[in-house]
Amino acid sequence: MIHIPILRWGEPYTSLETDKVVHFDTGEVLAEVSRANASLVSRDMRHAQRARDVLREIPIKEVLQRVKKAADLYTDATLPLGDGKQSPEDFVRMQSATTGLPEHMCRFNMKKNHFVLSNMEKILDSLTRGLDLEILSRGWGVESRGVPVSYQAQSPVLGMVLPSNSPGVHTLWLPIIPMQIGLVLKPGPQEPWTPYRMTQAFISAGIPKEAIAIYPGLGDVGAAVLKDCPRSLIFGGTATVEQYKGNPRVQAHGPGFSKIVLADDVVDNWPKYLDLMCDSVFVNSGRGCINCSGIWASRHTKEIAAALAERLGPVEPLPPNDPKAGLAAFTVLGQADGVWADIERDLKSPGSTHVTAKYGDRLVKRERCAYLRPTVVHCASPEEPIAKKEYMFPFVTVVECPEAKILEAIGPTLVCSVITENAKLQRQFLDATHIDRLNLGPIPTIQLNWLQPHEGNIVDFLFRARAFQFEGPVHA
Amino acid sequence: MTATASAEQIKQAKDKLDAHVREIVRWHFDPETGTPFWLEKANSFKFNPLKDVNCFEDLTLFGHFEDDWLRGGPVNRWIPKGLAHKPWYVFETGGTTGIPKSRVVSDDFRIDYEMFSETLPDEFFPKKSNWLMLGPSGPRRLRLAVEHLAQYRGGISFCVDLDPRWVIKLIKKGWMEHLKAYQDHVIDQAMTILSAGHDIKCMFTTPKLLDALAQRLESQGSSIKKVGITGIFCGGTEMTSQWIRFTIEEYLGPGVYIAPTYGNTLMGLAASDMPTAKDNYKIAYYAPEPRAVVQVVDFNNYEKTVEYGQEGRVMLTTLTKEFFVPRFMERDEGVRELPSAKYPWDGVSGVKPFREFAATTTVGVY
Repeated sequence: MIHIPILRWGEPYTSLETDKVVHFDTGEVLAEVSRANASLVSRDMRHAQRARDVLREIPIKEVLQRVKKAADLYTDATLPLGDGKQSPEDFVRMQSATTGLPEHMCRFNMKKNHFVLSNMEKILDSLTRGLDLEILSRGWGVESRGVPVSYQAQSPVLGMVLPSNSPGVHTLWLPIIPMQIGLVLKPGPQEPWTPYRMTQAFISAGIPKEAIAIYPGLGDVGAAVLKDCPRSLIFGGTATVEQYKGNPRVQAHGPGFSKIVLADDVVDNWPKYLDLMCDSVFVNSGRGCINCSGIWASRHTKEIAAALAERLGPVEPLPPNDPKAGLAAFTVLGQADGVWADIERDLKSPGSTHVTAKYGDRLVKRERCAYLRPTVVHCASPEEPIAKKEYMFPFVTVVECPEAKILEAIGPTLVCSVITENAKLQRQFLDATHIDRLNLGPIPTIQLNWLQPHEGNIVDFLFRARAFQFEGPVHA
Repeated sequence: MTATASAEQIKQAKDKLDAHVREIVRWHFDPETGTPFWLEKANSFKFNPLKDVNCFEDLTLFGHFEDDWLRGGPVNRWIPKGLAHKPWYVFETGGTTGIPKSRVVSDDFRIDYEMFSETLPDEFFPKKSNWLMLGPSGPRRLRLAVEHLAQYRGGISFCVDLDPRWVIKLIKKGWMEHLKAYQDHVIDQAMTILSAGHDIKCMFTTPKLLDALAQRLESQGSSIKKVGITGIFCGGTEMTSQWIRFTIEEYLGPGVYIAPTYGNTLMGLAASDMPTAKDNYKIAYYAPEPRAVVQVVDFNNYEKTVEYGQEGRVMLTTLTKEFFVPRFMERDEGVRELPSAKYPWDGVSGVKPFREFAATTTVGVY
């Protein structure tokens, strides 16, 4: 069995305590992962500055070239994994086996990561609005119009407390090394694969190993990462997001509550947007924060819900290696039961109708895992308790609401696709501060433009633009 | 690996325990000397504690002690009539919200810590040397107990203030900046004491505070060893083998002894020898029998002790003239360990929060 060690700035360290990573369906132990202790993380942070220093010794353009090479190694090479080796196909099988995500979705996520790494120059150009990247490296420079600028790194490393259930989130940390900031990763218990494989790809491509640390472990390790890294990202539920709200050191990513709004000027043509709605709900098994969990309109909502149910309701769980598999398994015992019990409780409200009910039971229990089949619920008003819920499977509410009230009623929304040509409504949505990513027009919520920031600009989070003046030569 | 106990040693220890059980049960249930709480409780028993309890196994007649009995007053109902003339302390445990559990004590903490003192090697805990007590203060036993330990060994104990109830509130509120500030405040106090030339060689501390102190010292180019500490008595919260290995290898180094302990206000102090690399840093605790007994019982059947090397829930019995706690189900689990020549009775290793409580309990806060 493969043993995956802790990586202390690239140096493997075998813990006396380990956790087993098991196949969600067969129970087969796929790897044993060393479990870090919190104080080990804290002590290692005395070398955090070295992580940035070694990266800055390499010209940033060269770092970008190495990252591009790492992209190919990540997708194509057999790379070291602890005391073993891992081919790309091994990686896909292992990731699917422990996260419950079908293999073709794991392959898709791999391609997505490859795309981001390969196009890093363009992505950073967009995220920095065309800033000369040398300015991030040096901390200062002079704009083309002759004005001195300074971007000061707020931390030599970025801490990441990663989730288990959504391999898609890894794209968020891929631009960090190219910005010459070190990485401190706490992998999700069921998804150690991407952090390790990406790290090995980086190292094989010439990124100094001292720039990356990986600390698998329990909650205390995640807490240590957040405590000891001046800047961190964490993924969790609403409670996690609330806990870190307003904390400048932590960017918390939680449920997206992403939505599609069909305005009065287009809603009579709703069948034209059915594919868009289905894709937004269903792609990646509905696991992403950018998947749509609410469709809002003032009329035709019952027909929309029925059409979505007809399309999505019959979908059944298929084996993870089946290329047609569209549903990811719930691999944590009791999680699917808990989710379904929550939904059933809300469905007791007379204004909520379970539209997929006629397509059979939604909760499918297996010996070691469970599935939830796509679920469509019609809500007669935004006040229904289920109207703004989001779950980790293809779940959507279709909410009837007068157009004038939709913007206020939808609440915090990560991605909002507003389909309308009504200028006044477009203006109102453009001005709404509770919407993060705004799509105007028929754009699926899951459609990403990699040249746009995701839920807070990572460059703004890591670098502070400040006033800077100089007189005479600056040698730094 | 510690030498295993001989059959004769085990038998002698068991005989001593059985005799002790008879003495303590009679004391607490005798109308002249007994504890009001137990005398009243005995009215509901279908057995006679004075006649029917003759060995340790007979304690099953009492069922399981419920720690909720210790919440609220009058606390005097726990003072045995035979010791009513003595001065009493009350120590508390829990109490972040609601009424804490209270235990009355007269001399037990002194006796327990004197017994524990015998397990400490003089080479690393030199007699007459001074101590730093870097742990929870307030209405807890530790402050007085560690101070007594220092005095018993001929030294003086320097203390800091630490209120764990406030720490738990900070964690529950998610005020992590305040938590860090409070921890820094506690470590500041320790650093001041250590820098003041008091010739401190020994220390009580908890795992988290030891981490924080060692890290602070390291950030200033110093270390536990460089400030002169040679012996650390560590306890209060869970310690894993990985944690102690990391601490020994990276923070203490050779020349500093760490004595992990397991215990709480309801019992004395279960001691362990210093874990070693040879033994994979296993921490095996042994209760101070016959005054306290630790058993590891089946998760699904608390009447059944697990086999050696197997995991189970920790069950605790305290048998002193001041306090009788039969078969209390601890909030911990662990692995049953073989008797050793030094401690010829069962021990427990790999202690961690009981799996059914682990998700809901705030542990290891100080």
